Parts: sequence; C-alpha cells; structure tokens
Amino acid sequence: MKSIAQHTQQSTVARKKTIAALGFIAPLIIYFIAFYVAPLIQNISMSLHHFTRKSFVTGEAPFVGFDIYKELLSNTEFWITLRQTLLFVVLSIIFQYSIGLLLAVFFNQNFKLSNFLRGLFLVPWLLPPMISGTTWQWIMDADNGILNKLIVALGGNPIWWLQSSHSIWAVIIANIWLGIPFNLVILYSGLQNINNDLYEAASLDGCGPWKRFWNITFPLLKPVTLICLLLGFVYTLKTVDIIWIMTQGSGTSQTLATWSYAMAFGKGHSSTIQYSQASAVGTILILIALVFACVYLWAQRQEEQ
Amino acid sequence: MRHRSSWYKTVIACVITAIMLFPVYWMINISFTQRRSIRSGSIIPVDFTVEHYEEVLSDQLPYLGTSLVIAISCVLVTLLIALPASYAIGILNIGGVRSVNFILVLAQMIPAVVMALGFYQIFNKLGMLDTLRGLILADSTIAVPFAVMLLTSYMVSMPKSLIEAAAIDGASHWSIFTKIVIPLSRNSIVTTALFAFLWAWSDFMFASTLDSGGGKLRPITMGIYDYIGAQNQEWGPMMATAVVASIPTAVLLIVAQKYVAAGVTAGAIKD
Repeated sequence: MKSIAQHTQQSTVARKKTIAALGFIAPLIIYFIAFYVAPLIQNISMSLHHFTRKSFVTGEAPFVGFDIYKELLSNTEFWITLRQTLLFVVLSIIFQYSIGLLLAVFFNQNFKLSNFLRGLFLVPWLLPPMISGTTWQWIMDADNGILNKLIVALGGNPIWWLQSSHSIWAVIIANIWLGIPFNLVILYSGLQNINNDLYEAASLDGCGPWKRFWNITFPLLKPVTLICLLLGFVYTLKTVDIIWIMTQGSGTSQTLATWSYAMAFGKGHSSTIQYSQASAVGTILILIALVFACVYLWAQRQEEQ
Repeated sequence: MRHRSSWYKTVIACVITAIMLFPVYWMINISFTQRRSIRSGSIIPVDFTVEHYEEVLSDQLPYLGTSLVIAISCVLVTLLIALPASYAIGILNIGGVRSVNFILVLAQMIPAVVMALGFYQIFNKLGMLDTLRGLILADSTIAVPFAVMLLTSYMVSMPKSLIEAAAIDGASHWSIFTKIVIPLSRNSIVTTALFAFLWAWSDFMFASTLDSGGGKLRPITMGIYDYIGAQNQEWGPMMATAVVASIPTAVLLIVAQKYVAAGVTAGAIKD
C-alpha cells in the first residue's frame, strides 16, 4: 500500500518536472520555429517558385519545381563560382589551421608574457569583420597600399590585389588572418588538456621534439582538430562580409555566398534582383555544409572506436 | 640557461604578435594622419591630426547610439530565450544534451544570406523592414544557439546539492531557477552576454539587408559602409570610424579576457 502511494507520488513529481521543463523550453521552441525554420522554409519555397521583382510584391510567383536548380547547374558561372568557393574555403582552412597549430604549440611553452601576447591574438577575431575588411582593402590598395610598397621595396612588382583576377588571393589572405585566432585558442586549450607526463616519458625514452609532436601532440589533438576543421568549414563557407567589403565579390573572389547575396538584394554586379536563383544557391550552400557535417560525424565515430 | 631561452622566445612572440596586429595598428595610424599625407604611407602618423575623429563624432554618433541599443537589446533577447531553455535541458534533463546540441549546430550551418532572404520576405509581409525590432530579432539568431550550448554545458556540470536541498524544502522550479541557478551561472552568463553583444555590434549581413532604409536608425557598420560606397573614398574618417567602432572589442579584451577565451573554447570543445 505504502509503496504504491510512494510510487504515484514519485510519478506525479516526475510529471510535474516534465511539465515545468516544457514550460522553460517553450520560448526556445517557438523562437526556433519562427526564426530558423520559417526563414529556411521560406527560402526553399522561393527556390521552387519563379520569383521576379513583380511577383515578389504580388506574391503570385508560379511553381516551377526544380527548374531553377536545373538552370543553375547548367550555368557555367555556377561551376566557376563553386570552384572559387572551394578554393577559398580549403586554402583558408589549411593555413588558418596550420598557422594556428604552430602558434598554439609555441605559446604552450609558457615563457614570459606568453599569456598576454596570446590574448592580443584574439583582436582580429573579435573585431567586426567589416572593419578588418576595410583596413585590408586599404593595405592592399594598388597604388598607395602598404603591402605593395613593401613588395616594391623588396624588389618585386606591385600587384593589383583587388582587381578581378587577383581578388581571390586578397580575400583568402585577409580571411586567413581573421581565422588564425579562433584556431589558436581552440588548439591551445586542446594542448592544455594533454598530460605532461606523456611528454616526460617520451623524453626519457629519447624522443626528440619533432617525434614528440607527431607521436603525442598531433594524434591526441585529433578530436579538437576535427572540431576546428568543421567549424572552420561551416563559417568560411558562409562568409560574406569580409569578401563583400574588400571586393564586392567581384571577379575571382565571388563565392556561392556572395553570389547569393548579390542576387538576392540586387547588389554589386547583379543589378537585377533574382530571388529564386539566390535562394537556390543558398539551399545548395546548406547541402554542402550538411555533407561536410556528415563527414565530420563519420570521422568522429571512427575516432571513438 | 632556462631563463635565457625563455627571453628569446618572448622576443620571437613579440615579433609575431606585432606582425599579426599590424593591420590594426595601420588602421589607427591612418586615422590620425592628415588627409594630404595618407597616401604617403608613413609608418607613424608624422602629419598628426585628430580632425577625422571630430568628423566622426559629429557624423557617426547616431549610428553608434543605434548600435548600442541594438546590441544591448540583442543580449536581453538572447538571455531571455536561452536561460530558461538551458535550465530545462541542463537541470531538468529534457531531451539529451547531445541531440539538442546537434540541432543547434545544424541551425548555425544555415548561411546568414539564407536567413536574411527568409527574414526579408517575412518582415516585408509584417511591415518590419527597416525597423529596430526587426533587426534586433534577426541579430539575436546569431547568438541564441551558441548561448544555449554554452549555458547548458555550464549547468550540466553545476553541483546539484543546492538544487536538491531546495527541492526538498519545497521550492518551485521558478524559484530554483531564479534564486539558485541564475546566480550560480553568473560567469557563463557574462560570457554569453559579451558574445551576443559583440556579434550584434559586428553584424553586417542583416543590417545591410533588413535595415538598409533605416536612415540614422542604422548601426555603425552601415555608417562605415556609407563611406565605402561613396565615390571619393575618405580613408581618414573611415579609419577613425573603424577605430571608434572597435572600442567594444578593446574593452572586452581588457576587462573580460578570461570570459572571452572561455567562450571560444566552451562552444567548441564540449559536446
């Protein structure tokens, strides 16, 4: 008798707890539906209708199925832009990660001022990207930029950084600069979690610093590395601001994200607004990110086994 | 021996840091240089002036004020949504932390341009284009998933004895939440607030699309963007505006560096 009463009391408590939990999480669920799911559905729906400026206002765009996607995939500009996007993302990540790792290992040695200087490294990451973009634009100015002045002083020829054929290199350089701090901080905290005894044992066994890095540091950093690469990929893929500020996505610096932005809002060289095409490119961007997320999950599972 | 090698590393580190921060220095340098000397690219502002700052203070103050209002409101919206949700996930154990985090990571994968386009159409219907509340709500989407992840991971590792004691004494969930959990989460709330503020302050995408017709009720990023769009680019005032718009970053680094580092790693390392 007593135990049944106790049992019902317990289940009432549990039920009360669930109801309370639902109450606490309800704002997030509503917010999530209104501000993530709704814009996402809106976007996908736009890519399946043929929207023009006029039908955007009247709301009577005809349903065209996957026609916009077919059109897009047969457009050479799409493939050129896709290639540029991958170049931008892959090169940015490789350099951000390897420079970040190098610096993390270096700063992990705890010398005088190491914490203070490491703190200063956060500045590029915390600055509004458009401010960094503006500054880089002036640094890379063809005639008066300090970068070309340095190149000329070293005996080279000035480079038209922001001109269409070189612009991809300009935005990659700026983006690497922007991403180093993030990689540094995450990899540094990963290094802090590695037990120092491992290094001492390896030292006693006669392993040099190079061997210690490849046999201890690098393998143990793998989970952190995976996170760095995943987040780096996702953030770099959707980058618009730094590119837009520096080159307005002109020439070789056009990526899928800036292209979509230009078409969606009739900016830059896309003087006509193309809502449907812009949202189709947006959907493709999400698909690319999802593919990479799956690769990440697969790699993480391999790691856990 | 050890001491000497350590000094040698400090010197190298100083050089690397100087190279890394050069663009920031360059921005400050240009902002103090007279218009006629900007193109000469002198390494220190020999032709010193503060006139660009005078111009900024007379032109850009409304934008700075707007940015401040947007960023603070964004912090409030983010915390209002994320704090109770984290309590439900982290303390009341609704849904697995891992699966919730997975959904939140997926949400962060949606490119800002997709969100902007969706918001544009929705706001257009609701008459919320070019309004502050529209921009605040849009900006908050940058920080909410991060905030929920950070606060949840903090609450999961919170010692439960106080909460259990209060529950036995008959305290309601609401009073446990407001009187115990929130005060105990102070540090992670500060980190969340700092990032929500900074991201709203830095936003370019939503400001340039959802609030482009907002006139003086636009954030400082748009104030700078106006300079970029102008035919004759005025680098002095532009760089001075950039310096002024960087003040929150500087304040953050000086006052709250440990919170910043905690935020960067917490979002990424914990799963």
